[in-house]
This record gives sequence, C-alpha cells and structure tokens, in this order.
Amino acid sequence: MNEFPQLIDIKIGEVVEDFVKWLTINYSGVFQSIKGGILAVLLRMQDFLNWIPWFVIIALIFYAGWKSKNLKSGIIFAVMLLAIGFMGYWEQTVLTISVVITAVIISLILGIPLGIISAYKKRVDSIVRPILDAMQTMPSFVYLIPAIMLFGLGTVPAVFATTIYSLPPVIRLTNLAIKSVSKEIKEAAYSFGPTTWQTLTKVEIPQAMPTIMAGVNQTTMMAMAMVVVSSMIGAKGLGYNVLIAINRTDIAMGFEAGISIVFVAIIIDRLTQSIGEKFKYDK
Amino acid sequence: MEKIRVENLTKIFGKHPNKVLQHLKNGMNREEISKTTKHTVGVGNVSFSVSEGETFVIMGLSGSGKSTLIRCINLLNKPTDGKIFVDDENILEFDKKKLREYRQNKVAMVFQHFGLFSHKNVIQNVEFGLEIKGVKKEQRYKKSMEMLKIVGLEGWEDYNISQLSGGMKQRVGLARALANDPEIMLMDEPFSALDPLIRRDMHDELLDIQSKFKKTIIFITHDVNEAFKLGDRIAVLKDGEIIQIGTPEEILDNPENDYISNFIQDIDRSRILKAENIMRKSAMKLGRLTKPKIALGIIDDSDFEYGFIIDRETGKVEGVVDADDVLRAGKEKISIEDVMHTNFKAVNKNAYVKEIIELALETKYPIAVLDDDERFVGRIHRGTLLKSLV
Repeated sequence: MNEFPQLIDIKIGEVVEDFVKWLTINYSGVFQSIKGGILAVLLRMQDFLNWIPWFVIIALIFYAGWKSKNLKSGIIFAVMLLAIGFMGYWEQTVLTISVVITAVIISLILGIPLGIISAYKKRVDSIVRPILDAMQTMPSFVYLIPAIMLFGLGTVPAVFATTIYSLPPVIRLTNLAIKSVSKEIKEAAYSFGPTTWQTLTKVEIPQAMPTIMAGVNQTTMMAMAMVVVSSMIGAKGLGYNVLIAINRTDIAMGFEAGISIVFVAIIIDRLTQSIGEKFKYDK
Repeated sequence: MEKIRVENLTKIFGKHPNKVLQHLKNGMNREEISKTTKHTVGVGNVSFSVSEGETFVIMGLSGSGKSTLIRCINLLNKPTDGKIFVDDENILEFDKKKLREYRQNKVAMVFQHFGLFSHKNVIQNVEFGLEIKGVKKEQRYKKSMEMLKIVGLEGWEDYNISQLSGGMKQRVGLARALANDPEIMLMDEPFSALDPLIRRDMHDELLDIQSKFKKTIIFITHDVNEAFKLGDRIAVLKDGEIIQIGTPEEILDNPENDYISNFIQDIDRSRILKAENIMRKSAMKLGRLTKPKIALGIIDDSDFEYGFIIDRETGKVEGVVDADDVLRAGKEKISIEDVMHTNFKAVNKNAYVKEIIELALETKYPIAVLDDDERFVGRIHRGTLLKSLV
C-alpha cells in the first residue's frame, strides 16, 4: 500500500561509479602525477616539521599566541602542546598538522581564485553554488570512496578527501567578501579609471580581507575535522589512534588522542582568527 | 568656452531599458512606465551645457535623478540614450581603454559618504588616482602632500581614515580628487553628511579652491542655500527632468513655476543677493560746488530725497545731503560742501545683503554702492533692502 512504485529504475549511483572507474582507467596518468605532486608537498611539509626541534615549535606557538592575542593565550597554547607531547602523541600530531596544512594550502590556491571568479561572473556562480551545496551536505565518509579508487590507500587520498571537504567555506566566503564590498567604495575606485586587475588587487581584495580570513579559518577547521575521518583510509596521525581506540574500545587511548585533536584545533582556530582580526579596518 | 554638453540624456533602470525607451519617446510618463513595465526612469531627456571653469549646480529632492545624472558624466551609469560631449568628444563612444584614460585624466568625483578606502591611510587614499595612472612613488607622494596642504590636512598624512572626523574625511576625498589634476570635478552631495557648521567651512574652502584652480564643477545638492551659494548656474531637477536652468538671481527673480517658487521659499535671500542685484542706479549726483539753487531745482523736478556728493574726477563719494540740508544751504548762502554729511555708509557692489542690513541699522542715509575702484555705482535705501528679502 505504502510502497513506492518502482516504475522507473534510476541507477544514478551506478553511473557515478562507472564514471569514477572510467576516470581511474583512462586517466590514471593524471592522477598519478597529482598524487606525486601532493606527496611531494606533503613529504616536504612533514620533513620540515620533523626537522624543527619540538621545543622550537612550542616556543614559536607560544610567541605567536602571545603576539597575536596576549601572554595568557601564549602560555595556554604552550601548555596544551606540552600536554600532547607528554601523553606521547607528538609524532602523530606533527603528521596530522602536515596533512592539514597541505590540504589547506591546496584549498586556498583553488578556493580564493574560484571565489573571486564566481563573484565576478554570474554564470560561474550558478554552476559553483549547487556543487558547493552538495559538497557540504554530502556525508564526509562518502569522499573517501573515490579518494581510494583514484589514489589508493595512504596519506595522499586523505589529503585529497580533506581538500574536497574543506574547500567550500573559503570559496563561499571569498565570493561573499568580494560581493559585499560597498558600492560607493567600488564606484570611488572605478571613478579613477583603474583596470579590472587594479580594482581587484588594490581595492576589492584588501577590503574583502577580513571575510576572506574568516573563510580561511573555517577551511582550516574543516580540514582538521576531516583529517581525523580520513584516517579510515590509512592516513597516519591522531585520527588513526582514535580509530584504533574505537576498534579496541580503549577508552584511555581514545580520550588522549581525542583531547590532543581538540588542543590542536583550538590553537589553529585562535591563531587563524587573530590573523583575521589584523585585517579588520574600522570603517 | 563650452566644456560639457549633454544632449537628450535618458537613463532607464531595469531589464529592458531600450524597449521602455520607446514608450518614453511615445509620450508615456514616468509613473505609467514604472507601473506597467517595472522600469524606473532615472533621468529623462535632459539637456544642458557647462562652460569651462563654471560651477554648475544640479539641485533636486531625493529621487529626482540627480545622482543618476552626475554618474552619467563619468559613465558610472551608462546612459540609455542621448549624447554627452566633453571637449567636443562624445564620451559614449569611448571604448574601455579610452574610458579609463578619460576617468584617469579628465574627471574626478567626490562622494556623499566620502568613498574612502579604509584599508589605506590618508596619504595612500590621496595617492590612489596617481597610483592607478602609474605615477612614480616619490612624485605621487609629493603631489599628494601638496594637495593635503591645500585642503588643510597637513600633518595628518599617516593617520587612518577611521581616526578622522566627517569634515576631515571629505577633505581627504577632495584632496584625492584634486591630486589627479582633473579638468572636471563631479561632486555628489559632498557636504550633505556633514553638520551645518562644518558644511559652511567646506563651502568657503571649496570657493577658495575654485578661485585658485578654476575647475569645471558639477555639484549635486538637495540644499537650496548651498546651491545658491556655490552655483554660477543652477539646474533644478524634478522627476528626472530639468525644469529650470539659470543663475541664482534669475531663478530667484523668475521662478519657472510653483514647484520652484516653493523650493526657493525657505532660501535665505540675504546670503545670496548682492548689493549690485538690489541697488538703484539712478541717483541725484551733486558736486561739492553745485549751487544750492540748482540742487533745489533737481530736487523739485524729481523725487530724490537724498543727494550724493561725488567727486567729478575720481567718482568717489564725499558726502550725502537731504532736501532740508539743501534748503538750509540756500537760505544761509553757504555751499553744499558745508552742509553735507560725511558719516554715510558705503559698500562694495559684491557685498551680500546680510552685511548691508547691519550697516543700514547704523545710518539713516541711503547706502552708497561702490565698484572695485570705489566709484559710485548705485544706492540702497532701507526700503530697497526690505523689499529684497521678500
């Protein structure tokens, strides 16, 4: 009675699956080179972070917290990092952060220009917007499937999935930021006869900077959340420990890895936020 | 010389302005168009011309299309129909590059809410136009400092925009526009956001700057007093159409219709009318040595109550006499020179009525009006003064 009649059988899932398979077969070269590129950045990042002695990192974060906010924040950040180290999660934290940073860099390189273009061109906007909606509402685990198919297991698909997941906020907020530069400011700029590029770089982007930075902050936080999930496809790091803890129902390990993630997230959030504050001009 | 000529300019806002333009040409009015087509006629069939060095004020209430109109002159608004000639070139035919050059070199704009860039400090704001033009750093800094000095903001160059008061912000806006050395300045209600005292200062500042630079200025305002104080000529705009163009005196003397009469009703005429606008040119002119008898004859023949004693050579006024004085001189057989009063008042022909009123309170004699060489050109009685104010 209440059963939906299967008059037409829509198999869109299969279409997508075929598409992804087709991609892996016909464009494996492309994905191999993307993989190589991501891996190169990632490894450099990891090597670099591992190369810096732990106390230097803590000192730098302390200094950044102190200068950008206040002494109290600096101390709190340093204590948080020390706690992570003493719990025995330093190495994993460095791995996690290097994935986050790599994913964020890729997101910004793609997202900021795309946000600007979609603010300028209505047609691009009307294409990008529904895609972004889908990207943000699609459960994050779903990204893991094509990531594995295209890049195999390991850290590279984790970076890929994290990038996809963290891309929307920076695009959206850049778009919004450029669009909401006040009409009079834009008219004032135009009235002096600048080129489009001059208007963009000398007026619109600087004016939009506070909102763009909010987007960068959001993107970083999304990446942080996703990097934990992506440990399911073999990314080493804090998320991997969480995963192990779940499998073994190891409450102690779960809590320690979990709280480490929270600490890292807090530090990243506060620091990126305070960079954003620097761009806020009183109107 | 003619600088700007606007011919049959129309600007329609909406999706299909050209279609609506046909309706407008077929005689549909603004309200009908807005009702039936959902399009707004910002400016409808406006023509005027502005000469070089002139301050042309466009006055109208909000919604009259004045901001739309001024934005057509630098093409921030693209007109739907019509022609705009600047130095005999139709700017509507400009391609992108020519338009940029036109905006960079010929025309600058000052905005109602200043339009300053909050991410730049004062000097960087003033430098903006020159930066766009690609002027070298030291050169544009020097030029901008010069402009800041002119608008009275020396020493404020490194401040942030948010640290300035409204009046100072608009001085920055003015300096930014002037720094580009434009031939034409478009000023869109530049002083409306300022409080009255500051506004008056800015008026004087602008008049001062204008006397030095002699720019061609198009000035938008809704304030009648401002319009009449600053404008060489004024255009009154209503519902996107010009209903009268003229000098302030012409508009005061011959308002085209009730709308304009209404508009100029609250105007403070004493600040606008000058001595030469209200003086009477005819006067009983006597010499120091005129015989009292002859003087009496003139008094008999005319209705002059007072006579001015004027030096024949220099044209300077030496004194005033009334009929009784002349009679006395006749009786006592003394000369006019002996009975004339020298405590009369005189004003320059460019003095405003407001100043003359104060003088009039101090003397019972008519006030002599002098030209710049102090020659007598006319007289003002108290009655004339009163009449000029209503």
